Amino acid sequence: MTALEMDRADLARHAHGIRRRVLEMCRGRGQGYAGQGLALADLMACLHHHELRRGDDGRYRDALVISTGHSAIALFAVLGELGVYAAEELATYGMDGSRIEESPLEGLPGFEITGGSLGQGLSQAVGIALAERLAGSGNRVFCLVSDGELQEGQTWEAAMAAGHHRLEDLVVLIDNNRTQADGLTASVMGVEPVPEKFAAFGFAARRVDAHDVDALLAAFAQARATRDRPSAIVLETTLAKGVPCLEEYRNTHYIRVEDAVWARALDELEAAAP
Amino acid sequence: MSPETTAPPSPRTRDAPFADALLALGRRRDDIVVLSADLSRYTDVLPFAQAFPDRFFQCGMAEANMIGIAGGLAKRGLLPIAVTYGVFATRRAYDQVAMALCTGPSRAIVVAFLPGITTPFRATHQAIDDLALMRALPGMTVIDPLDATELAGALDAAAAHDGTVYLRGLRGAVREHVEPDGFAFELGAVRTLLDGGDVGVIGTGLGTEWALEASERLAQRGVHASVLHVPTLKPVDQAAIAAFCARFEVVTTVENHTTIGGLASVVAEALARTGAATRVEAAGVPDVWAPAGSLDHIKRELGLDPDALATRLEENR
Ligand SMILES: Cc1ncc(C[n+]2csc(CCOP(=O)(O)OP(=O)(O)O)c2C)c(N)n1
Ligand SMILES: [Mg+2]
Repeated sequence: MTALEMDRADLARHAHGIRRRVLEMCRGRGQGYAGQGLALADLMACLHHHELRRGDDGRYRDALVISTGHSAIALFAVLGELGVYAAEELATYGMDGSRIEESPLEGLPGFEITGGSLGQGLSQAVGIALAERLAGSGNRVFCLVSDGELQEGQTWEAAMAAGHHRLEDLVVLIDNNRTQADGLTASVMGVEPVPEKFAAFGFAARRVDAHDVDALLAAFAQARATRDRPSAIVLETTLAKGVPCLEEYRNTHYIRVEDAVWARALDELEAAAP
Repeated sequence: MSPETTAPPSPRTRDAPFADALLALGRRRDDIVVLSADLSRYTDVLPFAQAFPDRFFQCGMAEANMIGIAGGLAKRGLLPIAVTYGVFATRRAYDQVAMALCTGPSRAIVVAFLPGITTPFRATHQAIDDLALMRALPGMTVIDPLDATELAGALDAAAAHDGTVYLRGLRGAVREHVEPDGFAFELGAVRTLLDGGDVGVIGTGLGTEWALEASERLAQRGVHASVLHVPTLKPVDQAAIAAFCARFEVVTTVENHTTIGGLASVVAEALARTGAATRVEAAGVPDVWAPAGSLDHIKRELGLDPDALATRLEENR
């Protein structure tokens, strides 16, 4: 195996570990944002095990800003894999008294901002990127937003500011799962063409299959090489990716099912282990 | 104000009372239009949207824009009912509500679901400051209904009212404390629900339900509460509130809202205006972000569960 192939195999294993944690987290109460967690597993693996750089103290120096509060589950899962959160604590996801909240607030390890009141995150990512540039740190800022958040005007106010200030170290990651609370995004309030919109706001924008690790890494490399302007990566994600028995929830914002279904989901995932 | 006594809290519920009331209103009046910001499934709006697709406008997740669109519809003589969660209707779209809906003759109804702590999420979803914000807008009418009967009645009253109304909504299976037969919601009126006379309690919205729960516990301890229900926070019958308070050295207000700017303030203002000497103890969300979790959990954490609240009421006499 070449070094590159080893890297790919590692990332696939990490993504698998993230998916397992997502299912285990939801199984406790039989409900949660499993669809988003599973859909973002490949992205989280590639970000945390490849793209985000750590400082000498071992902490990430590049920032990940989660604007889509309920997608916290994916971050919890990867941080669980990294040992920031213990499995027993992650199992209390969404329970009374637990700090593993379905939509947590700023200050919890890994959470830069309070997301969840959707559409506010990109502005704060712009502020963080401006501060990093002012400090001359060279630190990069990644911001995860949902396709639903593209309907909030503030997202575009932030995009305009990022383009205007030529924030080359800012990368907007759009979770384009084509689904929102009331149904398919295209029927609720169409947001396409997303890459063209970001391009018009001064971004280098591209669309990628977010379950193709090579495509993700190539998009990251392109963003890294892009100077003079921010980047936008439109991630074509599939809710509940990787677990066939949850397929019927591919256009569902939230999953609540019987314990037997979670058990089966874990079995299916193990059967497909890399 | 007609004092009336209702039975102690009953577990009776009604399914999606807002959906029914909205549908009935839509059938009666063809000037009613309804707007949603990607939450029609979660705010009992879907039946109206299905029955009257031409009079339903899906705005996507864009609350400020939705309120602006409502303002435009109102300017052409329609009565827009903009429905979303309370936090987003108020914090996100405050200026739009103020300018588009409150400065001129055109009017609308803003219906705000997930009031106060009735959401498992924390600061992002708990509308704990909406009543204070909305009360501060000139001319705005502000309603926090107790149950299914009041919610349905308040919607009708709001539609008949000549001015913009902010109405908190309750979804799903909603308690029915008030007998719906013959009930008509009277804007601005207050009602005495219990008249035990030992301790004075004033509630609004679900706060009144919590006060009734606590009163039941108190009764088991031999202490009988008087409970005044104030479903409309603005306009409000200050004289009636002061008259109720005059019988007590202390009254406790109970609200599903921060104790700043909501019911506690309404009562304090009424007392200050009338020069009454009754002290006001405020129960509700104190000046902190409430925890996440189930409603029972949050109530316990905030001392609003029946036992803790009963003890607080007993102490305030
Ligand atoms: C400002 C704001 N408005 C409304 C909501 C309620 N809400 C929660 S998720 C959601 C939409 C979900 O769609 P998307 O943002 O694409 O996330 P996905 O479900 O695809 O992960 C809505 C409307 C919110 N959280 N914030
Ligand atoms: Mg989406």
